[in-house]
Order: sequence, then C-alpha cells, then structure tokens
Amino acid sequence: MTPPPAAVRTATEWLSARARWHPLEIVFWFAAFAAIYLFPARHLILTEIAWLGLFALSLDLILGYAGIISLGHAAFFGFGAYTAALLAKHEIIEEPVLALLISGCAAMTLGFVTSFLVLRGSDLTRLMVTLGVALVLRELANRYGWLTGGADGLQGASVKPVLGVFRFDMFGHTGYTYCLTVLFILFLVARRLVNSPFGLSLLSVKSNPLRSSAIGISVDARLVAIYTVAAGYAGIAGALLAQTTAFASLEVFSFDRSADLLLVLIIGGAGYLYGGLIGAIIFKFMQDYLSALTPQYWPFWIGLALVVIVLVGRDRITSWTTPIRLTAARLNWRALARRSAERL
Amino acid sequence: MPVVLETISLVKQFNGIIASDNVSLQIEKGARHALIGPNGAGKTTLINLLTGVSRPTSGRILLDGEDITDLSTHKRVRLGVVRTFQINQLFSDLTPLETIGLAVSERRGQGLDWWRIVGSRPDLVAEVVEILERFHLTDVIDKRTAVLPYGKQRLLEIAVAIACRPRVLLLDEPAAGVPEDERYEILAAVAALPSDVSVLLIEHDMDIVFSFANRISVLVNGALFIEGTPEEVAHDARVKAVYLGEELVDA
Repeated sequence: MTPPPAAVRTATEWLSARARWHPLEIVFWFAAFAAIYLFPARHLILTEIAWLGLFALSLDLILGYAGIISLGHAAFFGFGAYTAALLAKHEIIEEPVLALLISGCAAMTLGFVTSFLVLRGSDLTRLMVTLGVALVLRELANRYGWLTGGADGLQGASVKPVLGVFRFDMFGHTGYTYCLTVLFILFLVARRLVNSPFGLSLLSVKSNPLRSSAIGISVDARLVAIYTVAAGYAGIAGALLAQTTAFASLEVFSFDRSADLLLVLIIGGAGYLYGGLIGAIIFKFMQDYLSALTPQYWPFWIGLALVVIVLVGRDRITSWTTPIRLTAARLNWRALARRSAERL
Repeated sequence: MPVVLETISLVKQFNGIIASDNVSLQIEKGARHALIGPNGAGKTTLINLLTGVSRPTSGRILLDGEDITDLSTHKRVRLGVVRTFQINQLFSDLTPLETIGLAVSERRGQGLDWWRIVGSRPDLVAEVVEILERFHLTDVIDKRTAVLPYGKQRLLEIAVAIACRPRVLLLDEPAAGVPEDERYEILAAVAALPSDVSVLLIEHDMDIVFSFANRISVLVNGALFIEGTPEEVAHDARVKAVYLGEELVDA
C-alpha cells in the first residue's frame, strides 16, 4: 500500500516547513553584515552583541530545544575564554581561528564530562548543579593564579591577526567582522542541527522523555550530545571575548554572567534560535542606553523589564513570543496548504 | 506456536507491597492475548516491567529466549518490545506527521543524523504517510498534537507504537476514556493490527477483550490467577467470583 505521490510531496513540504528560510531571517543577517559598513562607530558594542548572541544561542540549544535549564553556563564560556587567552599569551597557537577551534573543543570536553551531572533530577537540581560547577571552576581559576593570573586576570596576551592577515584594532572593526562571521557560521550549523531528525528527537525528549524512550530514543545519550555541543558554542563565545579584548579575568565564570545570559534568552524567547540573538541586541543596547542615563541604577530598569516580560508570558518563560511565532507559522501553513491543494 | 515473550517468576515489590507476585507468563508468536483483572491487580506494573520502565525485584524476562531483564527501555524497543500508554504520552507540540516521522527515523537508526533536514528522505516520508493513512490521521496531519480530539490522540498513541515496527505490542487500555462515537475507530485499528505482531492487551471493557483475544490471563493481587481460552475464562466460576461478577454471564 503506497500512498499517492501528491500526499507524500505535501507531507515532505510540511515536514521541512520548520527548516524553510523566512524572508525576515535574510533581512536579519543582511542587516547584521551591513552594519560592518554602516555603523563603524558602533563596532565595539556590536562585537559584544555578537559574542553574547552566540553565548545565548548556546543556552537556547539546551534550554529551548532540550529543556535543560542552567544557571552556570558561564563555566563553559569562561573555560573557552581562559583557553584562548592562555594559547595567545604563551604563543602556543598564534592563529586566532585555530585557537578558537581548540578553545571550543576544550569547552566541549568539559561539557561532556559535566553533562552526566544534569541527566537526572528536576529543574531545581539542574539549576543548582550547573551553578555549582561554575562556582567550582571560578575558584579553581582563582586558586591556580600561576596559570590564570588569579584575581588580576590573565594579562599580557597579544592576539595575532586573524588568518595571519586581519589585525585586531582598538575600534573593533576586525573584531566585529570576525565575531559576526563566527556567529553566522555556527548559527547555520545550529539551524541544520535543530531541523534534523536529531533536532526533532531533542524536542521530543524535552516534551516527553518517557515516550521518547518508548520509541527507542536513548534520552540520556541525546542530552549528553546536545549539552556537549552547547558547551562548545559557549566556549567559542568566551574565546571570542578573550581574543577581541586580549584579556581574561575571573569574571568570565561569574554567576552574574550566567544569570544575565538567562535574562538575554528570556528577553528574546527560547526555542527558535533567534531569541538569543535578539535578546543580546536588546540587552546590550538597553544596558548601554540606561547606564548612560543612570550609571548606578540601570539594573533597576533591566529588572523591571524582566518582570514585565515574564508576566506578559504568564510565567512560561520560554515562550512569550509564542503568539507572534504561531501566527507566522499559521500563515506559512496556509500558503503551503493552498499550494498543495492546487497541485492536487 | 513458538513463545516470543516470556516472564519467569517475576516479582516486583514497592516498599513491602507486592505489585507483581511470581508472574510466569508466555506470549506466543502472533498472539492476541488479553490481560485482565480488577483495578490494582498489577497489570500496568507488569507492562512497566516488560518494557523496562521499572526493574523487577526478582525473576527474568526473555525475548525469543534471550534474557532482556537488564536492558533499558530504548534497547528493548529496538528489539521489538513496544508499548502504548493508558494515559496519552505524546509530544504535545509536535504534529502527528512529525511524531510518526520521528518514530520511523529512530527505528531506521537515523536519530543521530544532525545534518539532513527532516523530510528529506522520500521513502521515509512515504512510510510515514502510509501509517497516518492507516490510522485515519491524514485530516489532522499538520495540527499540533495538543489540540487533536481525544479519539485522534488515542489513535496516534497506537500509530506511534506501530511506527516502531513492534514484534510484541503491549496495548495498555487503548480505548480508555474514548467517547462512544469515536470508539469504533480504535477497535478497528486494534483489530487491523498486522497478524505477525504478537499483542498483549490490557483492557477493562469485556466486549473488546472477548472480541479480540484468543487467550486470556487473569491477574489478581499481582499474581496470575488463571489463564485459558476466552471460553474457559468466561465459564470459570472462580473468575466470576473474584472479578467479573455479573458482566460475564451475558458474554
């Protein structure tokens, strides 16, 4: 019993609907790259947005797609940052792109090892375990000052030109182009990943682990895999920070950094990849604007914004943007349905 | 008929309460085997033991003579021991199309494929559509599972299990809570299951049990009370006494 080809074609289109590029996405990336030429004076903050966006994208992979909540994602960010800074300082790997990859791999290794701690338990357990891991790493970095520079941070690193050609400058021109390119490439990979059968299985594990294992999915193995990948992303984000500032300090591991990250992702909305990027843009510009306005009290406004966002989302923290996305999806469906009706 | 799935003296204790008491059960190839018993008799506990959701206190479980007692749930599924749930366990944000697509791609061992886009394999999609058609889900193919009518969700519950190509299918009250007018669809789906799949059915509805099963085991207080053909069970005075009461006299 083979189904009619038209039905199969329609099903194929619907199955791949999530993976289709929306025009707004193209506009988004076009604007991001256009900023290289349009806003040279803002490259420093744009650089920060780029690595923060990548860091938030990393959290989105585990929270938005696999349902693992974390308050210690800075562990991987910091590990990547120190790796990159050490590689540069001791002139072990001089070329930034290669050093970036190695930093990512180092963070992935750490992610793999610690992933086994987040397999079991409730959200609360996971919050505490991830928080604990980040605290432990921070204190290790503090304790082994001969390696990390301790509380003074790791100074004296000089970062060589990217690919041996593009020299970092104090205005962030090279920095922004470099960070944005890395972000874009890793975004494309993440986009493939979440729209693959593997990505679909992550959504199923997030939605119902009991049933996932009842259809033959090894839930633990999938969680380990995505946690490891996300740790690599976070490590690369940290390495980008270290390379663009030629500096790493204990602050890269700080609780504030992990908490801000959660804030960034919630502002943008988890579970559709752009949440972290949009959240990073809003967060950084809000911080920039508010801290110019009230240097001491700007966290007040960020806090207020957070409360409003979460209340609007009726405490479903991952989806206050859901109505917008559902409408977009519905329009998309309708167009698809019309097209397949015509074909039949 | 050869035995496909077998339990040997299966015991499960929860804090001193015996939920499964020395159960030795054999399911033959192609069986239409029903497991009945009053509430709290340990039917779902037995399914949980068979599928690896919980581990027995003692006893063994054999699939084709191979010991699977210590295998995890997902490994048993890959060997062909698949179940449905009494209370729907579905992926509320996925569509039936995605749900079945996921189950089929996992069965084909493509679950770790992280580069191809879902739906890029025509033969896989054809199989998915075929399953959805068989279970009358084509009209809701692109709706989120959470918004489907309850009867459709029950159908999807069985369809997901079928997408795993079971050798032994454990149906835990497939018609539970389904309104009367949607019931026949479930019954038809259960009746139309492939004949080479061995089925163990847990059900309270005696109409379904007696129209479906050619073998019935009665479970009481965690222990196997009696086993036989529907004829034998229906006319056993002890069964009537402990469990079925008047209902069976009519059957």
